[in-house]
Amino acid sequence: MIATTRKIGFNVLTGLRSAGRGTLLLLAVVSQLPYAWRMRKLIFEQMHIVVIGSLPLVITTSVFVGAVTAVQAVYQMQAYVPMKFLGVVISKSVFIELGPVLMALVVGSRLCANYAAELGTMKVTEQLDAMTIMAIDPVRYLAMPRFVAAVLMMPIITILCDAIAVFGGYAASVVTMDVTSSTLVEGLRMFYKNSDLIGGLIKSLIFGGIIAMSGIFFGFNTEGGAEGVGKSTMTAVVGSCLSVLVADYFLAIVLFQIIFEK
Amino acid sequence: MNHNTTLPPLPDLRVSCPETFEGIVIEGVSKSFDNKVVLDETDLLITKGETLVVIGRSGEGKSVLLKNIVRLLEPDEGRIWVEGSLVTELKNRQLMDMRKKFGFLFQGAALFDSMTVCQNVSLMLEEHTRMPADQIHRRACECLAQVGLIQVEDKLPSQLSGGMKKRAGLARAIVMVPEYILYDEPTTGLDPISGDAINDLIIKLQKELGVTSIVVTHDMASAFKLADRIAMLSHGKIVFSGTVEEVRSTDHPMVRQFIEGNAQGPLGAF
Repeated sequence: MIATTRKIGFNVLTGLRSAGRGTLLLLAVVSQLPYAWRMRKLIFEQMHIVVIGSLPLVITTSVFVGAVTAVQAVYQMQAYVPMKFLGVVISKSVFIELGPVLMALVVGSRLCANYAAELGTMKVTEQLDAMTIMAIDPVRYLAMPRFVAAVLMMPIITILCDAIAVFGGYAASVVTMDVTSSTLVEGLRMFYKNSDLIGGLIKSLIFGGIIAMSGIFFGFNTEGGAEGVGKSTMTAVVGSCLSVLVADYFLAIVLFQIIFEK
Repeated sequence: MNHNTTLPPLPDLRVSCPETFEGIVIEGVSKSFDNKVVLDETDLLITKGETLVVIGRSGEGKSVLLKNIVRLLEPDEGRIWVEGSLVTELKNRQLMDMRKKFGFLFQGAALFDSMTVCQNVSLMLEEHTRMPADQIHRRACECLAQVGLIQVEDKLPSQLSGGMKKRAGLARAIVMVPEYILYDEPTTGLDPISGDAINDLIIKLQKELGVTSIVVTHDMASAFKLADRIAMLSHGKIVFSGTVEEVRSTDHPMVRQFIEGNAQGPLGAF
């Protein structure tokens, strides 16, 4: 009993310590934002990695997310709800929830693993030390460009996902089910609100920050060799996914009160 | 450690006024990792212009000592001065300026593997000078030529051999013409010929640049070839300090055991 309590206490303290260190790292990254213009070349390189590198994943995921949403909606609605509401269901689910969250989980995991593995390898091979010795701050040179790229690009990816998913939903409904094009388009237009899209984009902006910080934090704190890199990458991805889901809940509460209800 | 009673006293490596000492003063520095004491109130002096070789067994804290000097690691206790500046109390900006005086050759070279050799060497110039790009490129090529690397500028570190990586690391270390170069096991992992070529290169740079060097190694052939002075680190303390001749002729049991490579002796085998 005592051993279990001690173990729980130890894990809680370790978690709190990590949270504290993560917050300090976030502050350090934010304090480097004034140098963003000077580091624009590195930021653009990272943006390229985030967006261009993720395109096949974004397109494939989004098409099927839209299609599955349509199929599920038709199955749930048939005989109860008129099909003109199908477009509403697809657009609302994709814009508010599925687009931002799925992109944060799918693209975010890819990004987070990339950051954690790259920075973790740099840590264990003393490349971060080499940079520090060269009087170059790794937070400014490595962390800040990755953070900015992720925060700015996640909304772009989400917009892309929203558009492709709606197209996927449209295609699945019109081609494989008995829904006419005009019915679906009518539904899409019927209850469309800019606030749905904006709310989703605000979520994705915050998710971008969470994903980047998780990858950077665990990468910078990697210990050991290849095993350490593997461990920190796994922890970063798990941490990022869980944080995104928890944040999604709180953001949903806040955003529904501020934006969606308008 | 009952052999301590039979060992000679520790050398006196303190100065009365470290603030005015030309070089590096390490005074009472201690460092532990997970309750394992690595440095135990270590004292050491490095005079400007000399090449000091720190020898000692693996895991005795030689690299930790180097990393404490440039504050890659923070000492738990003790103070370190570089040219009169108390490194252990420098603010971030001052610490950055102090680090620009140093070049550091890491054991595995620590080249940035996403950059080409030329980009590795150029990085410091790009970040800390306003030199135009073509001038930076020229300077990087000069440094690479100085260490005998020609036509490898566009290669990635993964395309280089171990010896070439060390030389590229050395080119990166000298690009800003540092006053101090710290070498962490410069010949480890190299074949004897490549290792000796690195030693020759270190001597050449020492002569051409007039830098103060601290070389950490357990390769005695390198130590004898490079050193103006040799210090031995054992159990967290500098147990011996002297010239190459003094090391060769000393009857200090730890030094004798180490340079003769005996498993029996006060250092133990494991």
